[in-house]
Amino acid sequence: MTATTSEVQPATAARSMTLPSARRLLLWTGMAVLFAWVLVPIYFVALGAFGGRLGVFRWPKSIWPSDVSFAPMMQFLAIEGVFNALLNSLIAAGLTVVFSILLGAPAGYALARYAFRGQNAYRLLVLLTRAFPLAILALPLTVSFIRLGLYDTPFGVSLIHTVLALPFAALVTQSLFMGIPREYEEAAWVFGCTRFQAFWKVVMPLALPGLAATAIFAFVISWNEVFAASILTVRERTLTAYLLKILAESPLHYRFAGGFILILPSVLFIFAVRKYLFAVWGIASK
Amino acid sequence: MTHPVPFRAIAVAAALFGGVSAAQAQETIFYSTQLRPIEEATKVRDVLLKGLSGKVIYVVDEPPAFAVRMKAETQAGKRTASVVGALHGELQPHVPADIEPIDDVAAKLKDRGIPASLMELGKLGTGHQQYIPWMQATYVMVANKQALQYLPQGADVNTLTYAQLQEWAKNIVDKTGQRRLGFPAGPTGLMPRFFQGYFYPSFTGGVVTTFKSPDAEAGWNAMKELWAVSSPNSTNYNFMQEPLMAGEVWIAWDHIARVKEALTLQPDQFVAFPAPAGPKGRGYMPVIAGLAIPKGAPNRAGGVAVIEHMTKPETQLATAAEVGFFPVVKADLPPNLAPGIKLLAGAVDATQNAKDALVSLLPVGLGAKGGEFNKVYTDTFQRIVLRNEPVKDVLESQAKVLDALMKDTGAPCWAPDKPSQGACPVQ
Amino acid sequence: MSSRTSWIPYALIAPSVLFLAAFFLVPLVQTVWLSFSGDEGLSLVNYQRMAGDLNFSLAIQNTFLLTLVVVPIQVALALVMATMVSKLEKGRDIALWILTIPLGISDLAAGLAWLSLLQNTGYLNSALYALGIIPGPVGWLSQETPWSLFAAIAMAEIWRATAIVLVILIAGLQLIPKEFSEAAEIFGAQPWTRFRRITLPLLKPSLQSALILRTVLAFEVFAVVYALGGRNFPVLAGEAYTWQNENQNYGVAAAYAVLIMAISLAATALYLRVLRTRPEQLP
Repeated sequence: MTATTSEVQPATAARSMTLPSARRLLLWTGMAVLFAWVLVPIYFVALGAFGGRLGVFRWPKSIWPSDVSFAPMMQFLAIEGVFNALLNSLIAAGLTVVFSILLGAPAGYALARYAFRGQNAYRLLVLLTRAFPLAILALPLTVSFIRLGLYDTPFGVSLIHTVLALPFAALVTQSLFMGIPREYEEAAWVFGCTRFQAFWKVVMPLALPGLAATAIFAFVISWNEVFAASILTVRERTLTAYLLKILAESPLHYRFAGGFILILPSVLFIFAVRKYLFAVWGIASK
Repeated sequence: MTHPVPFRAIAVAAALFGGVSAAQAQETIFYSTQLRPIEEATKVRDVLLKGLSGKVIYVVDEPPAFAVRMKAETQAGKRTASVVGALHGELQPHVPADIEPIDDVAAKLKDRGIPASLMELGKLGTGHQQYIPWMQATYVMVANKQALQYLPQGADVNTLTYAQLQEWAKNIVDKTGQRRLGFPAGPTGLMPRFFQGYFYPSFTGGVVTTFKSPDAEAGWNAMKELWAVSSPNSTNYNFMQEPLMAGEVWIAWDHIARVKEALTLQPDQFVAFPAPAGPKGRGYMPVIAGLAIPKGAPNRAGGVAVIEHMTKPETQLATAAEVGFFPVVKADLPPNLAPGIKLLAGAVDATQNAKDALVSLLPVGLGAKGGEFNKVYTDTFQRIVLRNEPVKDVLESQAKVLDALMKDTGAPCWAPDKPSQGACPVQ
Repeated sequence: MSSRTSWIPYALIAPSVLFLAAFFLVPLVQTVWLSFSGDEGLSLVNYQRMAGDLNFSLAIQNTFLLTLVVVPIQVALALVMATMVSKLEKGRDIALWILTIPLGISDLAAGLAWLSLLQNTGYLNSALYALGIIPGPVGWLSQETPWSLFAAIAMAEIWRATAIVLVILIAGLQLIPKEFSEAAEIFGAQPWTRFRRITLPLLKPSLQSALILRTVLAFEVFAVVYALGGRNFPVLAGEAYTWQNENQNYGVAAAYAVLIMAISLAATALYLRVLRTRPEQLP
C-alpha cells in the first residue's frame, strides 16, 4: 500500500513520464484483474439472459457465447405490464430525486457550515434510518398509507424511497459543501451579498455537479428498491417490484434476463454521471 | 421527466381520497396468491375470466405480501380487492377480521356439485362459509426415466414404499456417484407439507398426537437415511422442476404446480407417480384453493360474479386444461389434455385411489399461527437431520412447542389424527 | 457562529427532520412498541421467543463473522483501487466508471449474478471441470459446505459494495491538500510513512463515514445471502424477514429489527469514539 496524497492528486506530467515501464505493466495488470473482478459476473449473467432455456441447463458451460439469441429477452420484455411498471419506476425515482435533494441538501449545508446544538442528534437520526431494516416497517407504513390515500401510488413509494435516499443526500452534500471553502462565501458577504445570494451565486454553481451526482444516487436507490415498493403497491408496481413478482417463480433463464435488465440501467446511470462524479472527486479535473 | 409527475400523483391520490369513483365501481379486482407465474396469470386473464360481464382485473401477489396487505387494508378501512383467491391455509389467518362469511354465495352454488367435505373445509372451523372451494391439487413424485433402471428389484413406482425409495436413491448413488433424490427444502419450498401430509401420516398414522411417539422416532431415523442419499442442494430447492430439468435431480417430491413445467416441456423424459407409503399407509395431502370476499369489498356483486364464473363446470375444466389445477366440482377431465398434464392427472388419480391411501387434511383452526406450526416441523427436521441432534431429545423439546401452540389456538385434531375434545393433544 | 445566526441551521434541517419524523420515526416507534407487547400489556415474550430460537445464535454469529470479514476487506480493497486509479496516466475515467458500476446494482441482481457463476452447473464448476480439477458438478452453496457458502456470500458482498467505500475514500482524498504530502516528500519521508502519518490521519473523517455506512449495511445483509444460500446461512435480517413473512409473527420480527438497530447503533458509537475528529482537524 503506497498511496500518498500527491499520487492521488493528478500526477504531474513529468512524473508520469518517469514511471518505469515494468511498474506500469504491473499497474495495468492489477487494473485488468480489478476490471475482470467487476465485469465477469455481469458478463455471465448476460450470457444467462441471452442463452435461453437450454443454455441455462447446459453442462459443462462454455465461457464463450453460444446460441445467443434475443428471443428470450424479447419474450421477457413483451410481458404484459412491464411498460407500465417502467413508467412507475421512473415517476417514483424522479420524485425521490426531487424530495431527497430538497430535504437533504439544506441539511447537508447546515452540517457542513454550522456547529449547532443537536447536530449529533440529527446525525444519529439520519444514521438510524440506515440502521433499521426498512422491511419491518412495512406493516405500520402500509396502514397509514392507505389512510392517507398514498397507497398504490408511485408518489407514496417515492416517500419511502426518500427515507432511504435522504441520509445519502445529507451525507454526500455535507462533504460536498465542506469541500467548497467557506472563504468564498465570506468574500461574497463582504461584497454585500445576503447569505442567500452568496449561497445561490457562489456556492450553488460550484455545488451543482455534486448535486447532480447526489441526484443520481437517489435515483439509483429508488430504482433498485424492491421490498417497500412491492408492499406499498398492488397495481401500480414499480419495475423492480414487478420483476420480483414474476421472477420469483420463473425459470432460471427468465431470472437471469430479469437480473440483466436490473443491472443494465445502473451501468448506464453510472456512465451518465461519471463526469459529475469525477468533477466532485476532482480526479479528472485540472 | 419529472414534469408530468406531480400531476399524475395528485390525480391518483385524489381518486383514492374521493373513494370509489364511477369508473372504479364497474371493475372488480380479483386478488390472488394462486396462478402467479406470468404464463398462468395470462391464461387467467385471457381465457378463464372471459365471458364475464364487467371488467375484472386479475392481480397476483406472493402469500406474505397478500397477508400483509389484507391486514393493512382492514386496519385502514379501505379495500381494493372485491374477491380474493388463496390456499386454504393462506385464507385461514384472515378469519374473522379480513374476510366476510358468504353463506349466501354458498347457497347460490348448491347445484355446482362441490363435495360437502370440501365445503366444510371452506368454513375454516367456524359455523359459516368463509370461502368457496376453487380448485385443488396435491403433491406427487416425479422421476427422470434414466432413474428407472436403478429401481430396486420388485419395486413398482406406483406402489413404492419409503424403504424402496431409499434403496432406489442409494442404488443411484452407488452407480453414478451422485445423490439424485431431491426435496424442496429451500426457503420457499413446500417441505413442511411433506412432513405434515406425507411423512408423519405414513410413519405414525397421525400428525400432532403422534409427534413424539416411538413410531415418529423410527420415522426420523428413516428420514436421516433418506437424506444421506438425497442431493445436498435440497435445502436450496424451492421448485423441483428446475433441478429435474437440469438433470441435477432424478427423483423428486413436490406440489404438482411446481413440477408441471418439467412435465409439460419434456413429457417423454419423466414419469409421475404417487408418494411412497410407510408402515401406516400412503399419507397424502390434498391442496385446496378457495375464493373469498374480503370485508368492505368495493364491488361485492362483481366479486360474487367472479366466484360464480370460476366454479362453473366448464371454467373448472378449462382451468385443468390450461393451468393444471384440478376441478373441485364433479366433471370429467377432457381427453385433449396436454401430455404433461395427463401425466400429472394419472399420478393424482393413482394417489387418490391407492389401496393404502391415508388422507391428511389441512390444519384447521390454527389461525395466524399456521406459519409457526410449519416451523415446528422444519425446526425438527433441521435439528435431527441437518444438525444431527439426538432424535429423542429434539422430539421432546419440539413437542413442548407444538403442545403450547395447539393449546394457544385451541385447534381440535384433524385427520388423520382422531377427533379431540378441545385442543389437539401431543401424546 | 454568532448567536444571531443560530436559527439558520435549525431552519435548514427542519424540513428533513419533519419528513423523517412522519415517515420513519412514527412507524419506528410503532415497531418498537410492537416488539415489547405481549398478550396482555408490556412483556419480553417476543425477545424470549427470539433468543430461544434454534437459528438465533447462528444468525448472530454469521452476521458478525460476515461483517468482520467483509468490511475490512472492502476498505483495504477500496484503498488499493483508489491508489491504483490515481497512478493511471490515461483511461482514468473509464477505469473509475468500471470500478464504480456495482454501486448501482441492487442486491437482488448481485445475488443473481453470483448465482450464475456458482450454481452447480455454473461457470465456476465448468471452468474447474475444463481444467480437470473436478469430475462433475460440485455443490458450493449447500448447508453441507458451510465454508464455501460463506466464502461465496462474502465475495458477492465484497463485489457489490466495495464501490461505495471507493467513492467515499476518493472524495476524502480530494480534500487533503497536496502540499502536506509534498512537504513530507521534501523532508524525505518514504511513501509508506507518508501514507501512514499524513494520508491516513487526514482520511479519518472519510474512513469514519465509510466504515459506519458499510458496517450498518452489513448488519442488514439479506438479499445476497438469500439468493445464494437460501436459509442455509441464517443472518439477522433474514430471520426478521422469515418471522415476518413465513411465521407471520410480527412481534418476533420486530424484536429482531430492534436488535439489529441496537447492534448498528453500538457499532456506530464505537466508530465515532475510536475515529474521533475535531472540526479544527478538518482541512
